[in-house]
Amino acid sequence: MSVRELELEREPLRRSRELARADGQQALMSLEGVSLYYERRRGMMAPAEQVGAVVDVDLDIYPGEIIALVGESGCGKTSLGSVLTGLAKPTSGRVLFQGADIAGLKGERYQDFRGGVQMVQQDSYAALNPMRTIYQSLSAPILQRKIVKGRKAARARVIELLETVGLTPPDRFLDKYPHQLSGGQRQRILMARAISLNPKVIVADEPVSMIDVSLRISILNLMAELNRKLDIAIVYITHDLATARYIAERGRMAVMYLGRVMELGGVDDVLSQPRHPYLQALLSAVPTPDPDIAKAMLELPLRSLEMPNAARPPAGCRFHPRCPHAIDLCSQEEPQLRPVGASEAACHLAEQTLAGWQERMAAIRASRDS
Amino acid sequence: MDNLVEIKGLTIEFPMRAGTLKAVNQADFSIPRGQITALVGESGSGKSTLASAVMRAVTSPGRIAAGTIRFDGEDILALSRKQLQAYKWERASMVFQAAQNALNPVVRIKDQIIETYRAHRSGASEKQIVDKARDLMDYVRLEPDRVLQAFPHELSGGMKQRVMIAFSLLLDPQLVILDEPTTALDVITQAYIFDILVKIHKEMDITMLLLTHDIGVVAKAADRVGVMYAGNIVEAGSVYDMFKRPKHPYTAKLMKAVPSLYDDLSERKAIPGSPPDLLRMPPGCPFAPRCEHAFDACRKASPSRVVWPGGHEASCHLHPDSQTVSIAEVRTS
Repeated sequence: MSVRELELEREPLRRSRELARADGQQALMSLEGVSLYYERRRGMMAPAEQVGAVVDVDLDIYPGEIIALVGESGCGKTSLGSVLTGLAKPTSGRVLFQGADIAGLKGERYQDFRGGVQMVQQDSYAALNPMRTIYQSLSAPILQRKIVKGRKAARARVIELLETVGLTPPDRFLDKYPHQLSGGQRQRILMARAISLNPKVIVADEPVSMIDVSLRISILNLMAELNRKLDIAIVYITHDLATARYIAERGRMAVMYLGRVMELGGVDDVLSQPRHPYLQALLSAVPTPDPDIAKAMLELPLRSLEMPNAARPPAGCRFHPRCPHAIDLCSQEEPQLRPVGASEAACHLAEQTLAGWQERMAAIRASRDS
Repeated sequence: MDNLVEIKGLTIEFPMRAGTLKAVNQADFSIPRGQITALVGESGSGKSTLASAVMRAVTSPGRIAAGTIRFDGEDILALSRKQLQAYKWERASMVFQAAQNALNPVVRIKDQIIETYRAHRSGASEKQIVDKARDLMDYVRLEPDRVLQAFPHELSGGMKQRVMIAFSLLLDPQLVILDEPTTALDVITQAYIFDILVKIHKEMDITMLLLTHDIGVVAKAADRVGVMYAGNIVEAGSVYDMFKRPKHPYTAKLMKAVPSLYDDLSERKAIPGSPPDLLRMPPGCPFAPRCEHAFDACRKASPSRVVWPGGHEASCHLHPDSQTVSIAEVRTS
């Protein structure tokens, strides 16, 4: 069954924050004004610089949804993932898990959070202990958490997990070491480990970027299947807009730039009607596997290639020095996320830039069809 | 067609403890003059090994076991050590994968450029070389004053990659080989570098060979495309033929395996199975175990190469030779 069919079965579709709120659904996790600053010193005597990896982010994650966090390296998407999984403590703001601030969780409730939010890493080789067999790696957490009791039950559960992630027959994998598996198989082991604790959310950070192109889709399909069958929400962190569109076609997307969310909305809406000039530049940069479209794409709509220093972000809109549309207001006042059509964008000129984009795309389509 | 590089029957072997590994197996491939040719393949398909043979830079214990490589008609496998020095960088240059790390970290960019230039052309004055370097920096859209005086650590990854591209052009080669030139870079930097490469290709009339696993990049930049699978060139042709009328099931599947921003997502499917172990190659066609069209012949005999008019060629039993002009005919034309 393809992802598309799987997705079509899933109702109700949660296209945007507004829709979900209208449903009266409670968020599984909420970020409220979350910022994460790192201190950096250039030299022993130099004063510390505050580097804003995540700046004032509000984001809700709903049960069973797929949300893609996209942006270039250094945009803060991985830091945001670390905040969600509790690996990094936000400098300010609150992270709520099922309504409770995770900073104040203790004992059993803290364990619920740690088990409820799981992570899938990019480098599957580094994420698995090379000295342990697959059985050892997968049985340790479920025994430790007392999800199963005794070796026999653990073995049965590990076999079940391997089957769930498509590693069949499971016997062939139990006693293997990570280096004996392919990258795609190891990535499936990480998925098995993530679901073994019955989580509510999986944060997957670039899970397919190190996998051969011919196999990427099968891993994305597996994640979509886990999302549907086990109702696990997935936060898919990536720089690759095309795979984000693939896995989260009916989910949501948050586009980050220099620590801030610049655009947020349903994936199809955001990608077909990009409101923020940064997203428009990203979309123009993505090579399309169609020579007609790829060769018709014009030059990048950007004034400068270089990313500003995150320790000294530009005044006003942090994108304005690179933005081809910037006006005086953009260097003076930082735009906040605001509704523009069915999605939200943090841009003073969102309406105009969207109209400009649609004209450009219409021209490309017309030249292709003629 | 006028080919700058013609590779025939190239086999590159790596003797290993467990047997001999054929990284490239009887490859026939040509690089037309004045075009951008892309060689596509997954990791381990042999594209980098093939390209390093064109540079005469196959690393030990690998060795060229059979075949010929002609550059502008000249057999480069027969070049002497001295001739090789004049061939590398002056006629063909290569930007290796993760080339950013190829820069010496403790020497200013300017001095590295002067050193490289003088190794080939000892008579040049410093001013001549620096003037040339400034032009090239302009070309790759870097500020010459700042970058030439910089140490590598003062530059970003995208800037270092552009320095390496400038380096590859320093001695006016006819052919530049780029191995995954943008893999570690962000999508915007990647697009920018491809804009620069296409511009260099057009304005300086440089033939390029682009090695990549990224089908999208190929569609944007390439004129001609070759596809490698498990050491074999399975198909080659113009970029439009390859995307619109692929002949080999692997090519067709590879195009369908890549999610895009525009297509109908339901058509996207992964290729079942995984590439074969090069030490335990299946008999017959290397793709047969993963191919839904495979029949008996595919599991027994290696398919021979079939060429269609327009230079589109594929090695697949689905296309028996009878439909096409003979290979010998095309080679002599």
